[in-house]
Amino acid sequence: MSALAWALPVLPLAAGALLLLAGRRADRIAPLAGVLVALGTLVLAVAAAAQRPKVTFPLFAGLPAGLHVDGLSAVMVLTVASAALAVLVFAAGDIGADEPRARFFGLMLVFAGAMLVTVTASDLAVLLMAWEVMGAMSYALIGFWWHDPERVESANVAFLTTRAGDLGLYFAAGCAVAGTHSLSLGALADAASPWRDLVAAGIVLAAFGKSAQLPFSFWLSRAMAGPSPVSALLHSATMVAAGAYLLIRVHPLLEATGWAEALVAWVGALTALVMGAVAVAQRDLKQLLAASTCAQIGFMVLAAGVGSVAGGAAQLVAHAAVKCLLFLGAGAWLTALGTKDLGELHGAARRFRLVGVTFGAGALALAGLPPLSLWVTKDVVLASAPTPLYAVGLAAGVLAAAYSVKALVAVWRPEDALTRDDTDQRGTRHVGLAELLPMPVLAAIGAGFGIVALPGVLGPWQRLLGASGEHGPTAVELLLSGAIALVVAVAVSRRPVPELRVAANWFYLERAADRLVARPVLAFAEALARFDDRVLDGAVRMVAAGGRAAASVASRRLEFPADGLVDGLGRAVRRLGALARRPQTGQVHTYYAQAAVLLVVLALVVVLVG
Amino acid sequence: MTVLSLVIFLPLAAALALFLLRLGDRAAVWTWVAASAADLALVAGLWIGYDDPGVGYEENARWIPSVRAGYHLGVDGLSLPLLALTALLFLCCAVYSLKQARRTQRARTFAALFLFLETVSLGLFAALDLLLFFVFFDLSIVAMYFVIAGWGHGDRLRSALRFFLYTFFGSLALLLGFIGLYLGSSPKTFDMVELARNPPLAGSPGLADLVLLAIAVGLAVKTPTVPFHTWLPPAHTDAPAAGSAILAGVLLKMGTYGFVRIAMPMLPDAWRRYAWVIVIVGVVSVVYGALVALAQRNLKRLVAYTSVNHMGYIVLAVGAAGLAGDGAARRLAVTGAVTQMVSHGLLTGALFLLCGVLYDRTSSYDMDEYGGVAKAAPVFAGMLAVASFGSLGLPGLSGFIAEFQIFTGVIGAGTTGAAVAGGISVLGVLITAALFLRVLQRVLLGTPGTLTAEVTDAGRAERAAIVPLLALAVVIGIAPRFLLDLVEPVPSAVIALVAR
Repeated sequence: MSALAWALPVLPLAAGALLLLAGRRADRIAPLAGVLVALGTLVLAVAAAAQRPKVTFPLFAGLPAGLHVDGLSAVMVLTVASAALAVLVFAAGDIGADEPRARFFGLMLVFAGAMLVTVTASDLAVLLMAWEVMGAMSYALIGFWWHDPERVESANVAFLTTRAGDLGLYFAAGCAVAGTHSLSLGALADAASPWRDLVAAGIVLAAFGKSAQLPFSFWLSRAMAGPSPVSALLHSATMVAAGAYLLIRVHPLLEATGWAEALVAWVGALTALVMGAVAVAQRDLKQLLAASTCAQIGFMVLAAGVGSVAGGAAQLVAHAAVKCLLFLGAGAWLTALGTKDLGELHGAARRFRLVGVTFGAGALALAGLPPLSLWVTKDVVLASAPTPLYAVGLAAGVLAAAYSVKALVAVWRPEDALTRDDTDQRGTRHVGLAELLPMPVLAAIGAGFGIVALPGVLGPWQRLLGASGEHGPTAVELLLSGAIALVVAVAVSRRPVPELRVAANWFYLERAADRLVARPVLAFAEALARFDDRVLDGAVRMVAAGGRAAASVASRRLEFPADGLVDGLGRAVRRLGALARRPQTGQVHTYYAQAAVLLVVLALVVVLVG
Repeated sequence: MTVLSLVIFLPLAAALALFLLRLGDRAAVWTWVAASAADLALVAGLWIGYDDPGVGYEENARWIPSVRAGYHLGVDGLSLPLLALTALLFLCCAVYSLKQARRTQRARTFAALFLFLETVSLGLFAALDLLLFFVFFDLSIVAMYFVIAGWGHGDRLRSALRFFLYTFFGSLALLLGFIGLYLGSSPKTFDMVELARNPPLAGSPGLADLVLLAIAVGLAVKTPTVPFHTWLPPAHTDAPAAGSAILAGVLLKMGTYGFVRIAMPMLPDAWRRYAWVIVIVGVVSVVYGALVALAQRNLKRLVAYTSVNHMGYIVLAVGAAGLAGDGAARRLAVTGAVTQMVSHGLLTGALFLLCGVLYDRTSSYDMDEYGGVAKAAPVFAGMLAVASFGSLGLPGLSGFIAEFQIFTGVIGAGTTGAAVAGGISVLGVLITAALFLRVLQRVLLGTPGTLTAEVTDAGRAERAAIVPLLALAVVIGIAPRFLLDLVEPVPSAVIALVAR
């Protein structure tokens, strides 16, 4: 049993590490090896979901660590392993033979493996380890094409922003030990106040950073610098999903604090709304999808805040399938047509029909149109929300319909005279079998996952997640949100949506972070470096210079008159000699007391002379 | 003569042999490699053979009986990891120098000096007598002075002199403190075991405070902590790569080792009284060191300042150990501090050797002149990336294991002040991340700079020297129990002493 808990993450982690160590020598076998390992991981994930293995092991003194697949983790490992397999099959076709494939597939496997550890960890130490490794892998994958300084800068922004949030987890771990004498995730809610509140604050901060919730959302825009398969995995089942997962996991803690639930719920809802507006204003397909990820994750965060574990988990799975699919579609077009500009993608869906149809299904699901998955899962989440949050959620749903249909219309509209290919890169005009293979599967899951909310299915789903007794959506609520989505969809397909400039620029969040945090810190660092050189080191130099000056004064002014004193000194010495016999007590400790005094003098002399 | 003395003096014997046999430069460096390898094997044997949580391989011979100073040696969970680190780092520096053997002036003297320094360093970590400790402490300064002055570059004479005078001043303060300990003990002794068992000056807090001040200043200069760190950047910048690696990897540990071995157990009451000061010095070193490093353009200076940051975590942890609060958490912090000593030795040692690889090709540490180096030097780039991520505390490498225990232990002690101190120092993790990402960005990635064309990939000897350090950092990062099992009894004993 416990071997399975280990094997599940170790398989992709070890295989990925081997590929990375092998380097370019393994480029030829990397795609096949990556897909096979992903397949093996999925098999292990199915077994783990069925068997629910659990293992504890010693890590730090008195703080046992563990991996445990419970109901929520079972859902997560299946989602992660499936998404990883889908993306790697796609990448086997998409990442060209001239690219460093071993590095790509190695990083992707470690990325997925780290997420598997994150979602099965039963304590904060192991969770944080996997959590941060995942962040480092996202850095390496976003900066995959490192010859381009702009992409490297994007990778830096992504890593530093998420790590700024991670500081919360470091702090939370310490507070957890203070409050519960353990790092166990299950024990956090029992911590005494104020430790409980501090733990909650730290975890919430880390989750917001990782899940690109307000105000951290901008890093996800930067994350688009990586290859398309990276986006497909990073935006679906790994990385951004980790924050939402963690908040759902520690819901009892959020509930116990009395304030964290409301904070989490409101930030989630507002992110859904604000990032929805950002998505509507984008003209770049990948940027639109990125902003929509923030918004959709916002619903999961909202779910954690209002205590809808079943709804949040359902939203996570459905969104993972849909978003993975959409990014694969966008990636396929980018490779084939060389563009991701919505204005230039006209006719893309018609030129590659299967991509177009599956992308269409995903977009309609993302729009929240009945009877597709996100329509249902979003309403399961909102069913637990109080009225003000429900209203914000509904408004965010309007925007989701708008941006999804906007993308859909753009790619299905017939090609016209102004449509250009190859605006971003040289296209291949070809979408291969490997790229197409995962799309129908993802489309089926993404469209159909709404069945979890059917009466008769919702109950077992809730029991699986240990969330029995949560509200399901009423028929009226479902009808209302479905009707709204439908109306918006029709409207957007008839006339273009207005694009707010401030929203198109992600509300200048990155600029704000740069001006308010990054630059002042850099300026402060420069100032401190000058202080270190001039003041601290200057003081040391001054002591040395003072010593030299004193020495030269001594040699010029004092030595000559001193000479004349030597004779007189001779007489004095004899008298002193008599005096000096007095401390010769023969007792060692008095000698050492004298030695100590002498050494002080010696020390001063050495410093002054130096 | 027992095995521990053999471990300590084997390198010195090899150094003498170099001259007696009049070996040529190349043969001398190979002998250095062989002697260091043999010594590492012996230390590994010590590690395997050590199973008692107390003092192992103890040796106590008469030395200066009139002041009850003895040739007293022994190892425990605190000294054994540092002995192993020392032996490994010296071997790696020897291997690293194989490539330079032909180009290094007076390579035989260079090898002999390092072998002498190895004996001195091993002796310090094994010493259980204050005078013996002090002798080794001082000799390390002398040897390092010659390494910098003789084989450095840039303004080496000036940097070496400043290093010597500054750290020598520190060692004088330390000697004053030791004498104070001696005078305060009854019966009077320099024996560290006896002094820890029966702390001196327990009845006279004023004197104990002064003695602690002297010892703390002495160790703070060596560690170094803010504001006594300004000798470090020039010394590192102008030292040869192997010298920098030893200076950062081994010599700095003498300071932090002294805190845990001498200051805490021998002056527990004074330590408790001034734990706050130590904690604040630690926090300031963490944040200040990281920020100043962030502003550096010279790669080697940058790495030097990160040492101030990394040593700051250790000072924070040992300071927090003297505060009130949960015992288990404070033990965790001290375990983290010892782990950090090892981790910093491995990672910063590797980083300085990597700086050396770069300097060897281009004679410049200016990061703005590089860029895109990963293309022509993929192995070098991979090693620098791993070392950088290790140094910024990425899980899976030893730095995280150390820093996580320190943060969790300090904050977990459960007092408001400790939580604030821990919370502020956590910021150090973010700043070091920023600065190391900038290193990777400026040196390895992006478009080529003016010197990029001159950079060739790491050679065989260079790889053989750096990879073991990084591999061990990964092993500790993934499966740290083998190290922690050895270290964990140490804080239990120290905390028990500080808490009595």
